[in-house]
Amino acid sequence: MRGLTANKLRSGLTVLGILIGVGAVIMLVAYGNGSAKAVQAGIESLGSNTLTVQGNRSAGGRSATAAQTSSGELTLADAESLLDKALVPDAVSVSPVVTTALTAVRESTSHAVPQVIGTEPGYLAATNTKLESGELFGVGDTRRVAVLGQTVTSELFGRISPLGQTVTLGGVRFTVTGVLAAKDTAGFSDPNDTVIVPVAALRESVTGYGGLSSILVRATSAETTDLAQAEVLNVLNARHHATAANSPFRVQNQAQLLATRTATADTFTFLLGAVAAISLLVGGIGVTNIMLVTVTERTREIGIRKALGAPRGTILGQFLLEATVLSLVGGGLGVLVALVGATFTIGGVQPVVVPSSVALALGVSVAIGLFFGSFPAHRAASMRPIDALRYE
Amino acid sequence: MRPVIAVRDLTKVYGAGETAVHALRGVSLTVGRGEYVAVMGSSGSGKSTLMHVLGCLDTPTSGSYHLDGIDVAELDDDSQALVRNRRIGFVFQAFNLIPRRTALAQVELPLTYARVPRRARRERALAALETVGLSDRLDHLPNELSGGQQQRVAIARALVTEPALLLADEPTGNLDSHSTDDVLDVLDGLNKKGVTIALITHEDHVAARAHRVIRLRDGELA
Repeated sequence: MRGLTANKLRSGLTVLGILIGVGAVIMLVAYGNGSAKAVQAGIESLGSNTLTVQGNRSAGGRSATAAQTSSGELTLADAESLLDKALVPDAVSVSPVVTTALTAVRESTSHAVPQVIGTEPGYLAATNTKLESGELFGVGDTRRVAVLGQTVTSELFGRISPLGQTVTLGGVRFTVTGVLAAKDTAGFSDPNDTVIVPVAALRESVTGYGGLSSILVRATSAETTDLAQAEVLNVLNARHHATAANSPFRVQNQAQLLATRTATADTFTFLLGAVAAISLLVGGIGVTNIMLVTVTERTREIGIRKALGAPRGTILGQFLLEATVLSLVGGGLGVLVALVGATFTIGGVQPVVVPSSVALALGVSVAIGLFFGSFPAHRAASMRPIDALRYE
Repeated sequence: MRPVIAVRDLTKVYGAGETAVHALRGVSLTVGRGEYVAVMGSSGSGKSTLMHVLGCLDTPTSGSYHLDGIDVAELDDDSQALVRNRRIGFVFQAFNLIPRRTALAQVELPLTYARVPRRARRERALAALETVGLSDRLDHLPNELSGGQQQRVAIARALVTEPALLLADEPTGNLDSHSTDDVLDVLDGLNKKGVTIALITHEDHVAARAHRVIRLRDGELA
């Protein structure tokens, strides 16, 4: 142990090497895990038994009337046809969705809303969105009423209740009837920065009578989403004279999306972990290097100790202990640094520490001490006393 | 009575083939209990090699060595360490104290390897330091002691395990005449108490203190 305190700078740097290695493993894995969780939460907040139907929007408007039926553009009539319980028995609700970005103005205050959604009341249930206060519009409502998200509310009204007030969306006046409950800011866009209005009102006053952005279909349960997906595609293809092979429609199943995104995030986490593991290995080589230098430097001392009758195991144990203490202290500090570091949000992602990565990193750091320390220690212990004594 | 050292036809060859160096060419030697022997010889005569073999720090190429009745050649590494610890006290020309350790800690060290309990260790180390007249330097580090004092710490460290044999390799080689006398007086005192001493020197007045003088020349007894 005296060998460690005798050269504080050297021991300190070795500890730093292990610290960075262990800290990096825990931090990067926590970061990867955190971003995976964020993606997952973002998708789950949409509702796991929700299907998003998207049409071929680029084809829309290119030609008129007759051609439009097969262009693949989604229409309100499409949405209504999906309400047929005989054709689509596994759907609970069908909500046409028109989205656009508009500037909301109240008196002298204005706020750019990235997502103004024109839809039907079923949208809220399908996306796990809840009302905090006020009330929603009804089915087929044509009044110019709006339900505001939390971000929009605070930007335009501050602490004043917006209920009954008027906001101007894209130059058209809407009356605020309700406020949405806050959603967790997960993923990369703010789900609270939104305004929901009746689809009829939005089309009539702002966007015109073009195609829908999408249709949101909520299945009866998570198990029936696949069935519902097939039924929806059948109805739409029949209406647009398309076959399953050349269908212009895409249906996104949230469960599938979730699985894909989670797998991507896992790969990301694994890659980060691998990079960190390499830095831990480099730290281990640092320990070997220091122990080799220490053994060389103290060869004479080893000779003296052997001449005084120190058994092999004692010398071996002494150097192994020093190496292990170095890596354990480094590992412990690395865990500490990582745990403190994980409390901060980095790049919009809140790292989530994986307990097994802490155990693994600490275990590996001790193993490194024993493994990389054992070579120099073995060399020291198996020297003949006279060779060690003569060493200059 | 069983001799402390019984050596027969001891040879030691360094290297092999044409470059081989014959440091010892068949040395036979017996040292009885309580004897005080001085080994003399010019440099390269093999006296240091002989000392290292006697101290179990080096192994001979051929020949037999019985220390206190034990055939050293038959022992493995750890048993040799045990023999060095229990039966041999070694004093080096260069003192060979461990850096940054107090005098007391230096003397306690061989007892630690002998697994003597802490309390007994402290008592015996204090007694050994008193024998060499350093009771007032217990907490001094090697670099705070004079050469003579360092060598006396080394002697205390060698005798604290009550070994059958005290080997001294030019113990006064690095000391001035005053310190030399101090150290030799300590050795005389130990010998009077019955400790067997073998000492290497090339100074006649040091050898004069011994009962018997053995001269080596070119690896053979002269």
